[in-house]
Amino acid sequence: MLYRETGQFKTSYAADMAIFPIRQDRIALYVLLAIAFIGIPVLDALQVWPFAGEYLLRAILIPFLILSLAAVGLNILTGYCGQLSLGSGAFMAVGAYSAYKFGTGVHLPLGLFDIAIPALPVLPSILLGGVMAAAVGILFGVPSLRIKGLYLAVATLAAQFFFDWVFIRVQWFTNYTSSGSVTAPELNFFGLIVNKPVERYLLCLIFVTVVALLAKNLVRGNIGRQWMAIRDMDIAAELMGIRPLYAKLTAFAISSFIMGIAGALWAFVYLGSWEPLAFNIDRSFQILFMVIIGGLGSILGSFLGAAFILVLPIMLDQVPHALGIPISVETVSLLVFVVTGALICWLLIVEPHGFARLWLTGKEKLRLWPYPY
Amino acid sequence: MVAFGQFLEVLISGLLAGVLYSLVALGFVLIFKASGVFNFAQGAMVLLAGLALVRALDLMVAKGMPFWGAVIVGLVFAAAVMSLTAYLVERFVLGPLVNQDGLTLFMATIGVTFIIEGGAQMLFGAEVYPLPLFPTDAWFLFEKTFEGGILVSKIDVWGGMIAAVLVVGLALFFQRTKTGRALRAVADDHAAAQSVGISLDWIWFIVWLVAGLVALVAATVWGTKLGVQFSITFLALKALPVLIIGGFTSVPGAIVGGLIVGAGEKIAEAYLGPSIGGGIEYWFAYVLALAVLLARPQGLFGERIIERI
Repeated sequence: MLYRETGQFKTSYAADMAIFPIRQDRIALYVLLAIAFIGIPVLDALQVWPFAGEYLLRAILIPFLILSLAAVGLNILTGYCGQLSLGSGAFMAVGAYSAYKFGTGVHLPLGLFDIAIPALPVLPSILLGGVMAAAVGILFGVPSLRIKGLYLAVATLAAQFFFDWVFIRVQWFTNYTSSGSVTAPELNFFGLIVNKPVERYLLCLIFVTVVALLAKNLVRGNIGRQWMAIRDMDIAAELMGIRPLYAKLTAFAISSFIMGIAGALWAFVYLGSWEPLAFNIDRSFQILFMVIIGGLGSILGSFLGAAFILVLPIMLDQVPHALGIPISVETVSLLVFVVTGALICWLLIVEPHGFARLWLTGKEKLRLWPYPY
Repeated sequence: MVAFGQFLEVLISGLLAGVLYSLVALGFVLIFKASGVFNFAQGAMVLLAGLALVRALDLMVAKGMPFWGAVIVGLVFAAAVMSLTAYLVERFVLGPLVNQDGLTLFMATIGVTFIIEGGAQMLFGAEVYPLPLFPTDAWFLFEKTFEGGILVSKIDVWGGMIAAVLVVGLALFFQRTKTGRALRAVADDHAAAQSVGISLDWIWFIVWLVAGLVALVAATVWGTKLGVQFSITFLALKALPVLIIGGFTSVPGAIVGGLIVGAGEKIAEAYLGPSIGGGIEYWFAYVLALAVLLARPQGLFGERIIERI
């Protein structure tokens, strides 16, 4: 009854093309943003359950936000443009290490002329990290002009393994630390030092909100339609006058930019100090899972998928403890593997289009309720 | 002559290591040909087969059975485990997913990978188990021609011979048996094969079973070489560039691709490695695959991709 758009007349083109044409959706979004921006910090300040301690913020909400960002990035590439990528971890790593280099000062002796950039503040470092990731994304996107599908997936694996190796072996990227692990510079945003979990959370939230809004608008616009045309049938799209070169490479660039920012945040805000292992092939698969489970070609789906894939292992880890079943830690971790795999298979069988499709179906049902026509 | 001898040694060890990659890649090709499923679980199946084999073998030896008898029991047990896996995968995962697109099926096999990896280690233990099936020492060849001779490890030679037998066996199975012909029919056209009375369920079970047995063979060789352990599953990832180079649908392609990857990465490691920091084996195969893809998108032996609107 509540979710009905009767009487909401659109009297201008702007109203017709709004992101959320239904008033209830807009209200729901504002409520959600209010909870995220005001409610959670307030609850945290009051230390109300479940916010007592920092566990929920530090171990669930911050990684959720950052990985959602990465999932949005991959969704643009795989879900909207149809280019399967297994190299998300590599693009995140490029973002993280570039941001680190920019944040601590770049010095590259090239013989004839040296490149020396003084240490930049954190915000430009993170954004430049995204730009570097975009450049790398374009480079590894070039093969997509000739190959597609699973072949392309293997080509992106080349990026994954190559950058794994680069960040382990080329010590220039880690400023020659002996252990190979690097520590992020202080998170100083225009004099505001971000340190407490709640501040870190708000920082990620701002990034995620801005990027998600930008992404949502991109995929609704001209370029987004070009991507979807390429995804649905690239030859037909080409015949209609869409340039595959431009469409595919912009998808790679924007998607890698977002993943690069996500990587920089993951390193700077969530991990603090990290090793190349933080961005290995498992990370790529994790993000791919989020996108598939959440729903290909849906920004909302990226968030739902990220929540599911991130929270599931944590929940599974807690269940035996809560029930008081004595199982060894090792068994639990293996059990998490099995259950995660089984749930993924099951979800793919019952809803191959992911949570986003379930959401749409539910929305349709609500709009028609109580009359099923 | 020392340099040439060294080159030969690197080349031979690379080619033989490549044969072992081919063993894993073969399993991929079989399933892809017959069902269009890109089976990511092949590496996990190698792990499962290896664990089943080595645990049954250890148990039998501990009960006082002679070693060859224990090996037979182990092989039979592992084969039984693989056929059960094939049945379960077909019945509960792929069966309900008929007619979904390739990406969904690929994701489903990643789910299967998780189940098999977790399940296998829960059932059979998660340590490193040595598998003393083949001799692991080495021969020195041509000691008169080259100083120090050429070192060839026996296990690699065994692997090569087993792969040869396996390929001949598979070729006979595909060409000469009724089931093999049915498999090729399904690979050509699912609907047409169904219309002449071939049961898809049955064929897919057979395909997964054959892939499971290939995984078992790969597990005997890799298990002897590295010990049966979790890291064997990463072989699956090494088999991907092999597939790309050879083409997804070609059995000879898997073999040749394996040889190219094996020899290429060993030679690159030996001659390029020292100058750029070593460890390039880690990504060389993938970059090689990328180069091949740019020149021939369907791989060296793949069928030409023809697209229509």
